[in-house]
Amino acid sequence: MTTELDAVERARVEALAKVAAAATFAELAAAETEVLGKRSVIVELRKALGGLDAEGRRVVGQALNAAMTEIGDAVTDRRAAIESVERVARLETERLDLTEFSPRRRRGHLHPFTAAWERLEDVFVGMGFQVAEGPEIETEWFNFGALNFPAGHPARESQDSLWVDWGDPGATLLRTHTSPVQVRTMLAHEPPIYVVCPGRVYRQDTPDATHMPVFHQIEGLVIDKGISLGDLAGTLDSFVKAFFGGAFSSRLRPSYFPFTEPSAEFDVRRPDGSWLELGGCGMVHPNVLRAGGIDPEEWSGFAFGFGIDRFALTRHGVDDLREFWSGDVRFLSQF
Amino acid sequence: MKVLLSWLREFAPIEGDPHWLADQLSALGLAVEGVELLGANLEGIVVARVLATRPHPKADRIQLVDVDPGDGEPLQVCCGAFNMAPGDLVPFATLGTTMPNGMLIERRKLRGEWSNGMLCAAREVGLADLVDGIMILPADFAVGADFRTVMGIESDVLYDLDVTGNRPDALSVAGVARDLAAWLGVPFSMPDPVVESDASWPAAGKATVDIVDGDLCGRFVARLLRDITVGPSPQWLANRLTALGMRPINNVVDVSNYVMLELGQPSHTFDLGRVAGRHIRVRWARDGETVETLDGQERALTGRDGAICDGADAVIGIAGVMGGASTEISDTTTEVLLEMAWWDPMSIARTARRLGLRSEASTRFERGSDPEVIDVAMRRFVQLLRESSPVRMAAGEIVSEGNLPAPATVTLRTSRVNAMLGVDLDRDAIAALLAPIGFRSRVVGDDLEVQVPSFRMVDTSTEIDVIEEVGRHFGFERIPKRVPRPTAQAGALSEVQQDRRRLRHALVGFGLTEVMPLPFLAPGDLARAGLDADAVRVTNPLVEAESVMRTSLLPGVLKTLAFNASHRNPDLACFEIGHVFLPTDRSASLPDEREQLGVALSGAEAPSAVEVWQVVADVLGVGDWVLQADAPAGMHPTRSAYIEIDGTVVGAVGEVDPQVASGYGVERRVAWLQVDLTALFVLPHGARAYRRVSRYPSSDVDLAFVVAESVPAAAVAAALRAAGGELLVDLHLFDVYRGDRVEAGSRSLAYRLRFQAADRTLTDTEVSAARLGCIEAVTGTLGAVLRG
Repeated sequence: MTTELDAVERARVEALAKVAAAATFAELAAAETEVLGKRSVIVELRKALGGLDAEGRRVVGQALNAAMTEIGDAVTDRRAAIESVERVARLETERLDLTEFSPRRRRGHLHPFTAAWERLEDVFVGMGFQVAEGPEIETEWFNFGALNFPAGHPARESQDSLWVDWGDPGATLLRTHTSPVQVRTMLAHEPPIYVVCPGRVYRQDTPDATHMPVFHQIEGLVIDKGISLGDLAGTLDSFVKAFFGGAFSSRLRPSYFPFTEPSAEFDVRRPDGSWLELGGCGMVHPNVLRAGGIDPEEWSGFAFGFGIDRFALTRHGVDDLREFWSGDVRFLSQF
Repeated sequence: MKVLLSWLREFAPIEGDPHWLADQLSALGLAVEGVELLGANLEGIVVARVLATRPHPKADRIQLVDVDPGDGEPLQVCCGAFNMAPGDLVPFATLGTTMPNGMLIERRKLRGEWSNGMLCAAREVGLADLVDGIMILPADFAVGADFRTVMGIESDVLYDLDVTGNRPDALSVAGVARDLAAWLGVPFSMPDPVVESDASWPAAGKATVDIVDGDLCGRFVARLLRDITVGPSPQWLANRLTALGMRPINNVVDVSNYVMLELGQPSHTFDLGRVAGRHIRVRWARDGETVETLDGQERALTGRDGAICDGADAVIGIAGVMGGASTEISDTTTEVLLEMAWWDPMSIARTARRLGLRSEASTRFERGSDPEVIDVAMRRFVQLLRESSPVRMAAGEIVSEGNLPAPATVTLRTSRVNAMLGVDLDRDAIAALLAPIGFRSRVVGDDLEVQVPSFRMVDTSTEIDVIEEVGRHFGFERIPKRVPRPTAQAGALSEVQQDRRRLRHALVGFGLTEVMPLPFLAPGDLARAGLDADAVRVTNPLVEAESVMRTSLLPGVLKTLAFNASHRNPDLACFEIGHVFLPTDRSASLPDEREQLGVALSGAEAPSAVEVWQVVADVLGVGDWVLQADAPAGMHPTRSAYIEIDGTVVGAVGEVDPQVASGYGVERRVAWLQVDLTALFVLPHGARAYRRVSRYPSSDVDLAFVVAESVPAAAVAAALRAAGGELLVDLHLFDVYRGDRVEAGSRSLAYRLRFQAADRTLTDTEVSAARLGCIEAVTGTLGAVLRG
């Protein structure tokens, strides 16, 4: 019996050594066959158990089982170890330098004017406004007549306007402001009306750092029952806080526009106490309401308007308006 | 309009910090564009006596002057003026003085000679230049005295106001003072000068005035003056004119300007001896009549200009705009006819603009002057002129009246005032706000009947005009703020506005940069782009190169590509969304204005543009579109197609005609897509009906066909789709082959077809039947051959 037990012990030690010596999956598989397979020493010893007495079968059998379990565990452990080494080697062959890279596809760029336009729209939409639009070439009536510019008014005949060869001379022009959309909106919709009208407008201005013959404005129009100058002041203040921030406020200063009365300029007060002149506003003139088919005794309203482009200018610290129209990709791709 | 604080104070006791007062003026709608503190920086300037003048040894344009600054020690000064003589008293800036313009006076050498201070010209000390060169002071001034003290110069504040078109009253110092006094709650009073007239020289019968056309002239008042000595104005008067931006000329012209600035009433003087018949007729000019104006120009008049004529009916002046040369006063003048009138604002505006003769006077007439101020202004004129000249004034005025409009009487409803302003004022509070600015009220029940003052009659005639005045003097800043909210709508972008945004952002995400070329084109740009040259034209363009309104985005975008190419950025992927203006129907009230999308990819071929179109179509949810190979204007004749949806052309895709691109200086291929968004947005789009995702396996089948070049791939795909029916859930063209292994004039198109049923696993039999059906559809109708 001692002889058999010695043989089991030798076989176990030998088997463990072979498993430990396997460096690859193939070697491990070969070692496994050799030490646990049908022709292995262990299996041979098991076959020889029948030749022992009951006590010998029990003692040697236990030793065999323990050896087989130990060898089996060693094979499993060895397999895991080889797996880990192989994975490390494989991953190493996949190593990439992530800075060794040139983008094949670049994002495009929204024009800064569009970005400013959309930001303004979003604030007003949040305040309950909808967005109205109109044509850029307008009739003299929509651009001036319906807006209470009296015949012969200097602005009406002035060379600030760009006129086009459509209809009679002086009948059609590139709109000088977005205000015609006010009248178009009134004619198309019954009040109440809460709209903003962003759009492109034209003046006969020679291009320079702060002027272009084409620029963008946004106009607001509210027509409802009981609308007052206090509603205008409150709405603009609310806009200013929403757009610029809660530390900003606004004020109205009396002014003059043919299409509003009372008319005002509105200024934004920055947190440092300085003022920014933003635009014009006022109560919609009764004659404009009438031109829009609205009874000024039943309804009242206010309107306001200001430029869009300057927001892009100041937001990005650009000092020349002409840059925005240059189409220069070196400029546009910065936004 | 500029005003001096000292001048305002002649009308009302206005007190306060100069900058605080500026804020008050702005709060009234008299926007202050500038505040200048005058007379503050004259310390160190003294009265000095010129002792001797000597030539500079090395310079011709400067001389050496020895002056006594008061201590008896002669000081040498270099001076560029030559108008002083030994004995003269002059203002002298001593060393260490900081001049009003900020210059520090230091001892320095000019061409080798020391200069120990500076002799001053009037403008250098903020005063009016009455002579060229150094200011010569009265001989009785004490040498060494402080210049400010002896000149009586007090600190003053100059406000530069932006007066809006509805405020004729604020084009005068008195009007600004009235408004400000009312706001500050201090009393305001107009001057009431007492001037002696010569009882032995009655005006009656010495000259006559006849207003022929009453719609031109509302009131014409004349006074006769004589024994006037034309000469310089008093220094104080010249100083004020200078401060307000007018150049002193002589006492008569200066007084005329002074009264205009102070009271808002322009005037004109005639040499009565040269007015034929001593008679003045006021009438509309006749077309073609001419007059030589004061500036020596011959002016042709029209029937819409106002004319002042003499007794022979010859034109001697253009009403309210400019006097005539023939009756200008001169050294030989003995009798002067002083005219002050009220002219129809529109006609003055028209004539001044037509002749390019807008002036301080015409501006006041066209805004609407005050007919009631004429009497005071006449007396003020004579009073002021007598400070520098004896003036005999004939007793009595010669007055002629035309159709002078009456100031309106306006019913002002208390409820309306409160509703429009958002305040809660009672009737009496409203009346109290209006009274100090000249609007007198009469109580009618709860409301008021308001009499508009003569100095506001042109701009103020309706209830809302008066409400504005109430609001102004209540104070816009005191009006409680409220935020109205729409109750029947949600704030939202419309479908089209949302589509436009989705489109822009998708294109940006796809790598395209938004550009904004100017929408103006030069004549020839359209033809050069292969487009119809008919377009809407600007009749008064800034420059001829910006006189054509674009009918397509193509020319502007090509210019952008060329610009960037010339700056070493030849490969550009950009887009524009903007309006184009089509002269489709010249009898329509407006051009056919459409919103267009233009996409250009320089250095790319047509399929790249198709790829962008697929993105556009997908983003907008456009359903069945087809490409019809064609040659749209300006595009590559064999690499372009129209995009059609349900038979409507909504755009074109392909490449720019190489000849067109080259014409714009773009030498690369340009893939181009243009979409008429106006047309597209009205077609059904954006609906995305749900299709259940099948839970059953799918089968892929690859089919390659040899197809003649004349058969578009789209036709093959359409045939496959039709034959595949509902089971064909995906179709993908994965390879195109041209070469030796296919017949010349043909190419191989390889498709992957994915078959799948919604309710079952397809059997092999079903898949092969579907496959056969697809093969037959393509080979049977399109003359294609299945590749083995």
